[in-house]
Amino acid sequence: MLNIKNLHVSVEDGDHSREILKGLSFHLKPGEVHAIMGPNGSGKSTLGNVIAGKDGYEVTEGEILFAGEDVLEMEPEERAAAGLFLAFQYPVEVPGVATMTFLKAAMNSQREARGEEKLTTPQFMKLVKDASEMLGVRSEMLKRPINVGFSGGEKKRNEIMQMALLQPKLAVLDETDSGLDIDALRIVSEGVNALRGPNRSFLVITHYQRLLDYIKPDQVHVLAGGRIVRSGGPELATELEERGYAEFLETA
Amino acid sequence: MPAVQETIDQVAAIDVDKYKYGFVTDIETEKAPKGLSEEVIAFISAKKGEPEWMLEWRLKAYERWKTMKEPDWAALEYPPIKYNELYYYAAPKMADNPKSLDEVDPELLRTYEKLGIPLKEQEILAGVRKAGEPSDLDEMGGEGYTSGKVAVDAVFDSVSVVTTFKAELAKAGVIFCPISEAIREHPELVKKYLGSVISPADNVFATLNAAVFTDGSFVYIPPGVRCPMELSTYFRINEQNTGQFERTLIIADKGSYVSYLEGCTAPMRDENQLHAACVELIALDDAEIKYSTVQNWYPGDAEGKGGIYNFVTKRGDCRGDRSKISWTQLETGSAITWKYPSVILRGDDSRGEFYSIAISNGRQQIDSGTKMIHLGKNTSSRIISKGISAGRSSNTYRGLVQASGRAKNARNFTQCDSLLIGDKCAAITIPYVETKTGTAQFEHEATTSKISDDQLFYARSRGIGEEEAVALIVSGFVQDVLQQLPMEFAVEAKALISVSLEGSVG
Ligand SMILES: Nc1ncnc2c1ncn2[C@@H]1O[C@H](COP(=O)(O)OP(=O)(O)OP(=O)(O)O)[C@@H](O)[C@H]1O
Ligand SMILES: [Mg+2]
Repeated sequence: MLNIKNLHVSVEDGDHSREILKGLSFHLKPGEVHAIMGPNGSGKSTLGNVIAGKDGYEVTEGEILFAGEDVLEMEPEERAAAGLFLAFQYPVEVPGVATMTFLKAAMNSQREARGEEKLTTPQFMKLVKDASEMLGVRSEMLKRPINVGFSGGEKKRNEIMQMALLQPKLAVLDETDSGLDIDALRIVSEGVNALRGPNRSFLVITHYQRLLDYIKPDQVHVLAGGRIVRSGGPELATELEERGYAEFLETA
Repeated sequence: MPAVQETIDQVAAIDVDKYKYGFVTDIETEKAPKGLSEEVIAFISAKKGEPEWMLEWRLKAYERWKTMKEPDWAALEYPPIKYNELYYYAAPKMADNPKSLDEVDPELLRTYEKLGIPLKEQEILAGVRKAGEPSDLDEMGGEGYTSGKVAVDAVFDSVSVVTTFKAELAKAGVIFCPISEAIREHPELVKKYLGSVISPADNVFATLNAAVFTDGSFVYIPPGVRCPMELSTYFRINEQNTGQFERTLIIADKGSYVSYLEGCTAPMRDENQLHAACVELIALDDAEIKYSTVQNWYPGDAEGKGGIYNFVTKRGDCRGDRSKISWTQLETGSAITWKYPSVILRGDDSRGEFYSIAISNGRQQIDSGTKMIHLGKNTSSRIISKGISAGRSSNTYRGLVQASGRAKNARNFTQCDSLLIGDKCAAITIPYVETKTGTAQFEHEATTSKISDDQLFYARSRGIGEEEAVALIVSGFVQDVLQQLPMEFAVEAKALISVSLEGSVG
């Protein structure tokens, strides 16, 4: 599903370029959930952004294959239409654009790009109603400009609601758990679990093992110093929770 | 490369030549000789079958105009206008006064079809809108929309070709007709109000208009009447090198209400076309006038060649106590826009509003804003201006809020927001405030922002293409003004925002 090989990514930092990802590789198969953990500033969001196609990052080496295709050649909207989804660590406010309007534009753009019929308004309303109920998003929220004045937790729920509506093949969840209260964490995790299936994969970026109690990963990767320095089963998350990242920072 | 740079490059490569409405209708026209003279004015007046007093009024304005100069304070650059190279009258030739659409030149109807004007839509013509159809409006907070009727007075070049809904309006006592007809049929009203808000000596363009105006609409709403439908005019400039000099006069008598929609589209041209319209609104005691404009005239090609010069004088007079006048405009077209719809708050407790969206792209230049002149007690005004500049355009907001010594407790709130797309465009905000009373409360807020890469990426990562993402973000930026437009216009307006931003990115 997602195959990342020897990925090197740099950013312009002032007047020089700085390498953030330094030869990162892993392979996520269909139906699998992988977790990525790592210290602040280690490049986790950078990875998510590069997968989704954000400007401002230079891929100097390596490749990202999604369902066999080279995504680095694709525009962000093409990646989305192909089934990639990024739940943002910091969802962006778009003043004046009602959440509903945004969702409809997103769904119909993707459908159009895939050569599918656009949704009629009643079809769309029904889908939104179901998704928002599942994730406990109140209907007033849908009329408000997207993310504007939403609380941290509300923003995260909104991201997962978008994921539920867009039904991606691969979802990258960037710290979706941070900012969620205990109940919300459960609701959101249930939302994610409901979408799990043999043809859908997840890359879950998190700092806390607690999320992984709800969303059981097949593999846990530790990202430090721009590389995956260790991979293992779910027990690795528990180990990190106890010992921290000190040993990896030394070797990185 | 960073998105901003990309946007700039794409804007530089903009192809405004793709102007959607750039086509020419082939209809025989009857023209006055080129240039401006007493003879030409007499020709126009005769063509319109005007009474003697009207011709005198025009000639007086013409005498005055010959002594006037174009203002130089606006942030606009354009070559001198060659007034003697223009034609001041052109009328499509057709059978005398069509009684119904069947009698209208089919070529003209096809033109309107291309423009997407709902003139031919039977339902609209019959005054029935498809009821209860769920649409994008649901998401725009369109609740509370009740009026489903629009009366259309189509102005093709200089002559009003067809007027619909006359009967129903007449039943309500509403007069809605071409101004030339009003001059003949309702001289007492015209004499009383014409030029009473914008004097024929007001400014060089208004004076020119007074001398040579060819058509436009006349509206009179009798006391206590709420106009049963929204009144609408689609203007269109067709004949090459024809200056358009529309004159519109709207009078809302005591306790009446009217909402008026003005829409404009012009076909593509090589030479600049001068447009100098005058719109006068008069609201008597407790009356309300809502005037909405969607303007998308040809903006010129990528080098800025060939677009419309739009020098418009629009002014409303809240002549009665507790009266209200509200201007809402969406300006997307023209090479040059010089336009300041204003309100004179003469009556006590009167209210003036100005809601504006001005989008400039390519090489367009906009110098626009409003004037709120507070003369009466407890008068209030509100100004919300949203300017969007892309390409190499310049977009100036120029506004005046003024309170006289009598205007006790005058209040104004002004908000001017500018959004920049790329870094070759300019947005300028010039607010003037003058008050002669210590009790006035004037508030002003202004912001300038750039379209953010993060917002663009957020939308694109959800599958929304770059151009649509820009249009979506821009429509969010202008949402509070968009909401002021009648629903008939809001949908058109949204579409127009997308069209006018085409080429501002990928
Ligand atoms: N556009 C950019 N310009 C300059 N530096 C950047 C840019 N994007 C990321 N960085 C830097 O790259 C490093 C990695 O950032 P990133 O956001 O990927 O970290 P992270 O692992 O997600 O951290 P956290 O756990 O705090 O979310 C940081 O030092 C950050 O400052
Ligand atoms: Mg991060």
